[in-house]
Amino acid sequence: MKKKYYFYILLLFISLSLQSAEQNWKALSKDGLHDPESPAIGFLQEPSEALSLLPPDYVGNKVSWIRALREQYIEPRTNILPETDIEVLDMDIIMERTGELPMVLFPHKPHTEWLDCNNCHDEIFIKKVDANPVNMFAILSGEYCGRCHGAVAFPLTECNRCHSVIRSTFTGKPGVQPERADRKIKK
Amino acid sequence: MLINSINFLIRIKKFFMLLIMLTAGISSDVLAEYADVVLNRIADKNDIRPVIFPHWFHRIRFRCKVCHGELGFIMRAGANEMDMGKIIDGQYCGTCHNDNIAWGVENCDLCHSGKPGLKTGIRGSNQTGGPGQW
Repeated sequence: MKKKYYFYILLLFISLSLQSAEQNWKALSKDGLHDPESPAIGFLQEPSEALSLLPPDYVGNKVSWIRALREQYIEPRTNILPETDIEVLDMDIIMERTGELPMVLFPHKPHTEWLDCNNCHDEIFIKKVDANPVNMFAILSGEYCGRCHGAVAFPLTECNRCHSVIRSTFTGKPGVQPERADRKIKK
Repeated sequence: MLINSINFLIRIKKFFMLLIMLTAGISSDVLAEYADVVLNRIADKNDIRPVIFPHWFHRIRFRCKVCHGELGFIMRAGANEMDMGKIIDGQYCGTCHNDNIAWGVENCDLCHSGKPGLKTGIRGSNQTGGPGQW
């Protein structure tokens, strides 16, 4: 009698494990976008083939793109035109007006490793601390940080990745940090 | 202890059945790779499949700043008014898709590979389907 229920439990585990394998990266022909009859299927690289080799994350593409770049799993080109200036800025900003939530630490470094200054400044953000009326409603509507986060960078379900500075244990001043704050906090 | 918990599981048998069905249901809901972009401003009208642009594939090879800086792509799905004329002229996708850096424009089907009738926009599981304009 009881064996029957072991069977149900087993079935549940099988269904969950099959799912997690499939959920990480859908095959192009089953992703709901590609036409399974398109000649491209079979020619285009499957996401699982490339992404399964990169450092894992549990959201988005299931890849930690920051680690993939830092640890040189990938070496994406910085420019195509030889005359383009490549700037990487190592400057942390702590935004304190976050209500009840921990303060937001914005690290320029990982952003400028991928993006150019002009991608955000001055069209999306003015280059001045506290001068941008950033709020979660606007972000969820695809403005400010929401231009990328929730679309191509890690999703907006990951509150703590931005809201990472706990007021009670932070001893410095919000705003531009004299040294990289994420290094200081991790100690 | 073990027997007790098994007895409990027996009692919630129906719940298990439901859970199995639900999890199976959820897995079939997951669509597209995170940040895939559908471009269908003019494709359907011209009787060709819409374009599926995979961010994941491109960012392995290029940083964001290449396309969103040097090539001038606005960071808003559907906001870039490219067409095949401009691409053949070497603008937008045509900067690389010229048989030099990447496959050329004669490989229509490799980019135009989407299901007909898809709406322009950025996709990718449940995480990009927020309340906003994405």
